[in-house]
Amino acid sequence: MTNSAPKTLYEKIWDAHVVERSDDGTCLIYIDRHLVHEVTSPQAFDGLRAKARRVRRPDLTLAVPDHNVPTTRRVTDNGRREPVSDPRSAEQLAALEGNVREFGIPYIPDVAAEQGIVHVVGPEQGFTLPGSTLVCGDSHTAAHGALGALAFGIGTSEVEHVLATQTLLLKASRTMEVRVEGRLPFGVSAKDLILTIIGRIGTAGGTGHVIEYRGSTFRDMSIESRLTVANMSIEAGARSGLFAPDETTFDYLKGRPMAPSGEDWRRMLAYWRTLHSDDGAAFDRSVSFDAADVAPSVTWGTSPEDVVPVTGRVPDPEAFADPAKRSAARKSLEYMGLEAGTLMADVTVEHVFIGSCTNSRIEDLRAAAAVVGSRKVDPRIKQALVVPGSGLVKRQAEKEGLDRIFLEAGFQWREPGCSMCLAMNPDKVPPGERCASTSNRNFVGRQGPGARTHLVSPAMAAAAAVTGRLTDVRDLVARDLVMP
Amino acid sequence: MSGVRRVEGRAIPLGLANVDTDIIIPAAHLKTVSREGLGAHGFEVLRAEPGNVFDDPRYRGAPILIAGDNFGCGSSREHAAWALLDMGIRAVVATGFSDIFSSNAFKNLLVAVTLDRQAVDRLLEIAEEHPISVDLESMEVTAPTGERFAFALDPFRRQCLIEGLDEIGLTLAREAAIAAYEAKAPMLGWDMPGPSADRRLGLRFGQGAMDARMGRQ
Repeated sequence: MTNSAPKTLYEKIWDAHVVERSDDGTCLIYIDRHLVHEVTSPQAFDGLRAKARRVRRPDLTLAVPDHNVPTTRRVTDNGRREPVSDPRSAEQLAALEGNVREFGIPYIPDVAAEQGIVHVVGPEQGFTLPGSTLVCGDSHTAAHGALGALAFGIGTSEVEHVLATQTLLLKASRTMEVRVEGRLPFGVSAKDLILTIIGRIGTAGGTGHVIEYRGSTFRDMSIESRLTVANMSIEAGARSGLFAPDETTFDYLKGRPMAPSGEDWRRMLAYWRTLHSDDGAAFDRSVSFDAADVAPSVTWGTSPEDVVPVTGRVPDPEAFADPAKRSAARKSLEYMGLEAGTLMADVTVEHVFIGSCTNSRIEDLRAAAAVVGSRKVDPRIKQALVVPGSGLVKRQAEKEGLDRIFLEAGFQWREPGCSMCLAMNPDKVPPGERCASTSNRNFVGRQGPGARTHLVSPAMAAAAAVTGRLTDVRDLVARDLVMP
Repeated sequence: MSGVRRVEGRAIPLGLANVDTDIIIPAAHLKTVSREGLGAHGFEVLRAEPGNVFDDPRYRGAPILIAGDNFGCGSSREHAAWALLDMGIRAVVATGFSDIFSSNAFKNLLVAVTLDRQAVDRLLEIAEEHPISVDLESMEVTAPTGERFAFALDPFRRQCLIEGLDEIGLTLAREAAIAAYEAKAPMLGWDMPGPSADRRLGLRFGQGAMDARMGRQ
């Protein structure tokens, strides 16, 4: 390819990060930003120690504990740190603190107001920047693509590789355009859109590809909504999802603590404005959707591709043509305790979780609070949790009075962390019980052994909380309410 | 690490599609600071089912697993590859793998081989009766029935698997090239400040820790 050939956004960022290229196409790719958390890093630091290797660029690294941290209060009335009750979680959290001290890595401790889920903290701090390569030992790193960063999840061996060398050995991915045009209808959010996309292309639909989200629907989205979409690229099989940076991105980033400022900002802005797919750039694959066709959506099974509109019914496994899909659906329904043909809106839930790196930002909490209003959590709900994505999101929500709306309705208002998304901390859904959850995976046992998960948007989760069943949020709220 | 040329033995005919990382190793078992010992919890939800293939005496100690589409989808947890290795599995044959899982498998010298649906269906039948062999030199899966199934493998990955190369060591040897890149890198032209509280909320970094963390439950 010559320099004048039109390039996709992905190709531009990739080309700008090639340190060396081998004949077989394997490239040594420079990594600009590395987020580290407590679960996927201890073995990587051990590997460094075993070979007496150092961290090459601690200044480009940021560590935050999030997966294990309890969401109950962390500081006692007399100012001491609350002990973490699970000794294995405590050990992993202590290992991270020891490692960041030993290797000199910038660290946000669990008791700092800035702590939160790595994928909420990165954009919020301006650590995530357009045109950067950003990695983390967590598959939802794809989220940072919302700001035009080439961001992807890596395993622990790769975490060690990045710590030691600030690079990764990679082959370029294929490119996939997901184009959506038009306005999302009333009551439909970014979460419903990405669930619908995953439902159509499947959880392996984007395997081997980097998705670029294009079209007016995505252009009109806030950064929070873009983060929700890019976050779930991995549920569509794509390691990364990209949005071209635009004025919305630059407005969001300007003045963030770790973003460039002054002359640096002006220089980077000029560069960032070149980061978009050129006219005529070719994608290996393209799919397109009409925003008007998207409805508030829910999952019925144990794969994020098992999506139906909330007005739909639990599908009949025998109706699937593919025998593998048929048997998977039978197993899913058995696990989920659902009968084929049941109206989704007749499914009752015992738990509601509003949180996770997919949906725990201020816009998500506002959307949920707007649905709750002066309503109360249905008495049949055993547990309704709101877990802000970071301490700063929590602060902002409290400033706006959202915490009072949730608390008065009967929700619990918690400290930030991954929480009930993957149940590594004490927040779990008990066996056989059902949860309307704003998280990203409805896998078997994801929210606790035997837990049954229905993935929904924040507004839909709030609707489920106040009715005690999966509910079409459009039926619940007035048509004049502006939905994000 | 010493390399791997061939994996031979019985193969567990799992055959399932979309085996996600939470099925391979649930998140509750990720609270470890070690790579060892995860095999005891591998596939624990499937192993709780009576008559599951993992506890079938025919496949005890089997070094190969056969699965369907999109094996290892979901999280980036390398614990999935570590759990398989700890169970004694050295190769997985499937119709497809998630990108992150196949990378994690490779870094741990766990062989991940992709074959088409017809070949995998046939191997699922063969595996009930016979051992099979996954050979990285001939790039074939072979069975005592005389059947052979050729697979493709990235030449660099194949070389690393066979020779057991230390990738980090290789990259560290490229230090001069990395430093040269850094000198002209488009994203590295300024010193990044440390994390701090959003000024709009009137906090300094770390300040707020006590009051912000004493919120209502």
